[in-house]
Amino acid sequence: MIWNETKECMSRDEMSALQSARLVKTVNRVYHNVEFYRKKMQAVGIEPGDIKGIEDISKLPYTTKDDLRDNYPFGLFAVPQSEIVRIHASSGTTGKATVVGYTRKDIDIWSECVSRALSTAGVGKDDIIQVAYGYGLFTGGLGLHYGAENTGATVVPMSTGNTKKLITMMEDFGATAIACTPSYLLHIAETIKEMGVKDKIKLKAAVCGAEPWTEQMRIQIEEELGINAFDIYGLSEIMGPGVAMDCKFHKGLHVYEDHFLPEIITPDTLEPAAPGEVGELVFTTLTKEGLPLIRYRTKDLTSIDYSTCECGRTLARISRFKGRSDDMLIIRGVNVFPSQIEAALLEMGETSPHYMMIVDRENNLDTLEIQVEVEERFFTDEIRQLEQLSKKIGNAIHQALGISAKIKLVEPKTIERSMGKAKHVIDNRKLV
Amino acid sequence: MYVKQISIFVENRKGRLEDVCTCLDENGINIKSIILADTNEYGLIRMIVSDVDKAKLVLKEAGFSTIITNVVAIKFPHTKGMLKKLLEIFSEEELNIEYMYGLSTTTEEAIIVFKTSDNEKAVNLIENKGGEYGIAIIEESNI
Ligand SMILES: [Zn+2]
Repeated sequence: MIWNETKECMSRDEMSALQSARLVKTVNRVYHNVEFYRKKMQAVGIEPGDIKGIEDISKLPYTTKDDLRDNYPFGLFAVPQSEIVRIHASSGTTGKATVVGYTRKDIDIWSECVSRALSTAGVGKDDIIQVAYGYGLFTGGLGLHYGAENTGATVVPMSTGNTKKLITMMEDFGATAIACTPSYLLHIAETIKEMGVKDKIKLKAAVCGAEPWTEQMRIQIEEELGINAFDIYGLSEIMGPGVAMDCKFHKGLHVYEDHFLPEIITPDTLEPAAPGEVGELVFTTLTKEGLPLIRYRTKDLTSIDYSTCECGRTLARISRFKGRSDDMLIIRGVNVFPSQIEAALLEMGETSPHYMMIVDRENNLDTLEIQVEVEERFFTDEIRQLEQLSKKIGNAIHQALGISAKIKLVEPKTIERSMGKAKHVIDNRKLV
Repeated sequence: MYVKQISIFVENRKGRLEDVCTCLDENGINIKSIILADTNEYGLIRMIVSDVDKAKLVLKEAGFSTIITNVVAIKFPHTKGMLKKLLEIFSEEELNIEYMYGLSTTTEEAIIVFKTSDNEKAVNLIENKGGEYGIAIIEESNI
């Protein structure tokens, strides 16, 4: 099901022309309405007239999260506050929150994007969808909520907090779709199993995002619940969930390029990456009124494919995320993404995907301990076999990461389940 | 023929063994025998209890991974050299004992529980050769 065939399937030439026209307008608007951008462009000797189309994009300076923090709260808004109808904010790990503002038109476009995403997941007006993202300053809850309403689906604003109630309502209402983080969905699947109500659930699709997850985890969710699961991508600075969306072919996430212009750059040099190469994803908003962003560095690592997808969409696809450059850990000089550990564990099929990495430093050497839950189905009565299990996990991790890790078997459900973004890393080295 | 034993995975954290015992006690389950096998980081508690199915249920609810295993319980006269005799019977047939522990002893007889590499064979051996030494299988209902 394609929500907006005109936009989602237009030819690459038409798309470039549309993007160019919108980019020129956006650059003019920020130059005249936002002092920060005007100064930044003047500093590199650029005027709005120098930007004639998307081919000129690399002339423009980058914007970072620090710029948003430095201009806290409304400094980068391009319209008077009276035009702003909604505020969202993300609490940073350090210091001030990042505040974003939306005009009424921004909210409409956001809802349009989420409707496209839900249609891609097969969710339409006949569906009942539980939105189990947090409602509030976080963009997940309200973003999906407005989009699902715009689609015409019946929306149940569950938010997070009470998993058993969510499942009871899922059963009673006959909910057919859910939107939440993938790790929370896994927790929901566990609870459904415990409650023994799997055959009473009518769920058919899940739209999951807000944290990186692996292909293996998607497959596990699909198998455990008997549903189709899709990856939705977004970030509050750009809009929120619905910037890009996975389709049933799972060969990358379609970016809604008529609203968000993607680029891939090499983080070290800040130069555009070669076509198909993995690098940092950078977005320029093309229609945003409240908080337009020019070349915003997302810190997410991915690559772009511009070929037409089997689903018929011509929208560029970003590959499943390798992780955030922020999440990347350097352990004994090796780049490690938590998602690699998840993938290795799921591939083994002998442990739960719940894990915690504990990084520390002993005698100037990095140590990595990985805690893995001993699920009942993998538990044996003999120490020898448990020791073999941890050895096997150790080997799988070593193969995946190229470094060795100490495996610690822990009791089931002892690793914290998150309803928001899952926490997988405790890095004690920072304390030293 | 076999006795059902419940094994519980516990981390070597303070109070975990106590948590297991409290959980069983609160549910009116008696522990008839218990043994702890441990490594540096985790342990296995093996137990013979009054109601093994209920124990599994309540421990699962309390968040423990458990497994029920068939073990063999035997009684033999409490005289010198009997255990050695039993081991000889097994080793002649190349049976390995994975683990064993005592269930109860009186001045006359001792009851032990064990798991071997082949429990069925072990039971046959005891039934055929144990008699002359006074070694006999005990049914679960008689524990
Ligand atoms: Zn597609």
